[in-house]
Amino acid sequence: MPRQSSGARVAPEDCGAAALSIRDVGMVYGAGAGAVEALSGITLDIAAGEFVAVVGPSGCGKSTLLKLVTGLRRPSRGNILLQGRRVEGPRSDVGIVFQSPVLFPWRTVLDNVLLPIEVLKLPKARYRDRAMELLELVGLERFAAHYPAELSGGMQQRASIARALVQDAPVLIMDEPFGALDAMTREQMNLELQRIWQAQRKTVVFITHSIAEAVFLADRVVVMSPRPGRILEVIVNPMPRLRSLDDMLVPDFADQVRHVRSLLGGKGAEL
Amino acid sequence: MSALLRWMRRQAVPLLVFILFIGGWEAIIRGFAVESFLVPAPSAVIVALLRGFAQGNYLGHAGVTAFQAVSGFLLGSALGIAIAVLVVVFPALERIVYPYIVALQTVPKVAIAPLIVVWFGFGMESKIIVVALVSLFPVLVNMMAGLKAVDQDRLDLLASLSASRWQILRHLRFPNALPFLFAGLNTAIVFAVIGAIVGEFVGSNRGIGFLILQANFALDIAATFALFVVLSVMGVALHSVLQSIQRRALFWNRTVEAGPGATPPA
Repeated sequence: MPRQSSGARVAPEDCGAAALSIRDVGMVYGAGAGAVEALSGITLDIAAGEFVAVVGPSGCGKSTLLKLVTGLRRPSRGNILLQGRRVEGPRSDVGIVFQSPVLFPWRTVLDNVLLPIEVLKLPKARYRDRAMELLELVGLERFAAHYPAELSGGMQQRASIARALVQDAPVLIMDEPFGALDAMTREQMNLELQRIWQAQRKTVVFITHSIAEAVFLADRVVVMSPRPGRILEVIVNPMPRLRSLDDMLVPDFADQVRHVRSLLGGKGAEL
Repeated sequence: MSALLRWMRRQAVPLLVFILFIGGWEAIIRGFAVESFLVPAPSAVIVALLRGFAQGNYLGHAGVTAFQAVSGFLLGSALGIAIAVLVVVFPALERIVYPYIVALQTVPKVAIAPLIVVWFGFGMESKIIVVALVSLFPVLVNMMAGLKAVDQDRLDLLASLSASRWQILRHLRFPNALPFLFAGLNTAIVFAVIGAIVGEFVGSNRGIGFLILQANFALDIAATFALFVVLSVMGVALHSVLQSIQRRALFWNRTVEAGPGATPPA
């Protein structure tokens, strides 16, 4: 379990209580005249159990931010603290869901879910029951022994969500996980993700280019601008849980979507 | 029953073509009275084939050639796989080792075979080594391509779990390379039979290659053709054994029939 920082007793809005704390992070690719500034001055605290969506047009550095938070890359400037500890490389206390399911076709669905356990050298036998429970949670319990090629795109992405949850990391990073799905499957997956998040009590950072998806899912929506990626505004979404698809029709929801879209200049992002 | 009928209907056209081909061949030989020491009639080939097996020496010689081809194939493939793994896991090695392998490949094996017979003798060892040299390259090249052609997202996933390079090899690169490996093995197994015959031509007293030389010297062209048939059957048999192993090993790869498919689109 992650260490508690010694300042745990201070006020809750202090970053000591944050599951993820991004402090003045900047990222520059390349050097000299050809250098590209991908992110600039990103500061954001995300509380434990919070669902935060990051939305912005392509080129706003969403994917770069993901690589920094997961430790796949180091920022050029600033610090990222995860569970109070500085991110200096890949960590087992983050689960990742990628744009595509990234399943291994030669492994069964169950073995795909258990892959992190094998790589992290955790006792596989002890996690088998948890993996089966997670498959049940994502509605794939009957497909545990199937191979990914036998599953639809939505089912494959569900399997990859189960895999991201298997090592019970407190933080889940999701990089446009439903971008490749058709609209109806996508709505269904949004509902399911909300249910899974409530059941598992994870801190979620959800990257998307769909404004509606961001507003529907998130407690807070982080709106980013492109080149270099900056935070334009962080919008708190007070709509109560659990949200249903019908909530997308209420005026509050439409107002939030309209507000986000106006921040983005009414272009560069889909509704 | 209907399955049998469907099977027969599917085989009907190829069978008809085969019969027409053999019949036409026979007719041309007889009609134009082609000398039997130039091109034998199919009937003469069948007679020679039956005689060869009845006298009992074809089977033994075929066994020798098959043994040489298979052992050399296994040796060459194992070496090819091992070198590919080393070169991909330690990329610095690639620039050191690979040029020698390409250089070796550009020298025709027919030219090296006499040397190998001088070094390793008239027995099976020299043939196995020739076969291994012939099989090595296609396996090595394909295996290297397969080990490298991994999806970046899958690498990122393993990197996010702090996987070691051996874990990446075991969980991702190696299984990913299997379709490529089998493409190489399929080429190598055919080369292997050729390699064994080349070795036997250079110097041997056993094997189908040896029998072909003998039949040629005796101007027994019908026997030469009969030995070609034996060789073809051997090649097809080895190839289909490999195919059935491939089907079992690559059950997850839907693009098997279309050749190497490294990363099926997710």
